[in-house]
Amino acid sequence: MSNDIKNASCRDVSDGELVQRSQGGELAAFEELAFRHEEKVYSLAMRMLRHEQDAEDVTQQSFLNAMENLQNFRGDSSFSTWICRIAIHGALKLIRKRKSRSMVSLDEAAGEEGDHGTIPHPEYIADWRESPEVLVHRNEIQKLLEDALSGLDEKHRMVFLLRDVEGFSVKETAELLGLTETNVKVRLLRARLQLREVLTRTLGDPDTRVVRHHKHAR
Amino acid sequence: MKCEELLAMLNEYVDGTVDPSVCMEYEKHMAGCDPCKVVVDNIRKTIVLYKEGKPYELPLTFRNRLHETLRQKWPKSGPGS
Ligand SMILES: [Zn+2]
Repeated sequence: MSNDIKNASCRDVSDGELVQRSQGGELAAFEELAFRHEEKVYSLAMRMLRHEQDAEDVTQQSFLNAMENLQNFRGDSSFSTWICRIAIHGALKLIRKRKSRSMVSLDEAAGEEGDHGTIPHPEYIADWRESPEVLVHRNEIQKLLEDALSGLDEKHRMVFLLRDVEGFSVKETAELLGLTETNVKVRLLRARLQLREVLTRTLGDPDTRVVRHHKHAR
Repeated sequence: MKCEELLAMLNEYVDGTVDPSVCMEYEKHMAGCDPCKVVVDNIRKTIVLYKEGKPYELPLTFRNRLHETLRQKWPKSGPGS
């Protein structure tokens, strides 16, 4: 991450200390926090909203909210988690606003999946040719990932982002999205299976492709 | 354990929250079922990829604008006062 802050004394300092210095009124410390976390917040907002201008608005608003509420931040979580939470709430608010314009609720179809919906069966099953550690550095892979994510229904995408990417627990994810834990789990499973399917079609090694033998399996 | 049952408990297994006795059954099944083994492995890798990925760069013009705004809005007498 680029770090062109003038105040070099901030660079080797922990987030926790930067928060304290910000609380004490040091703007440079708060700017350093922004430099450290702005790209992550923006990426999260982009993944949630799929819209550059909206993602920028949410990012900016998140840091402004953080600035306003800095005195309330007690360090129970990391600054990173805190600012991401603010961004998630901001993005969800925007999504609800979009939804109310189109008259569709965020929890639409929540009941229909319930506990018992059938789970889509994995179809293309093959070992990946390369490890994620290698793949992650390729630009075309980033594009593949974001395209696959865009292919998910919003309700599945949100759960996957909060649970698997941001690392919130099932309970926290449920609270953030206003869903039941059961619903989170069902959606998460669908999201994981669908992303696996899409990615494996590109990243899988056809020579290792395996086919389910239903006779033995059932 | 059948493939279906394994699929239904995939989350718990991947997240490591599955009951130890179920976990053993799970692993026994995977030892004898390549498709399930590969699916679990694919899913683990899928999660790692998304976690580690750096999907978007912050547009430079936006970064400048953001910091300009932060400097403008920074309260003279300290934050939250
Ligand atoms: Zn199986």
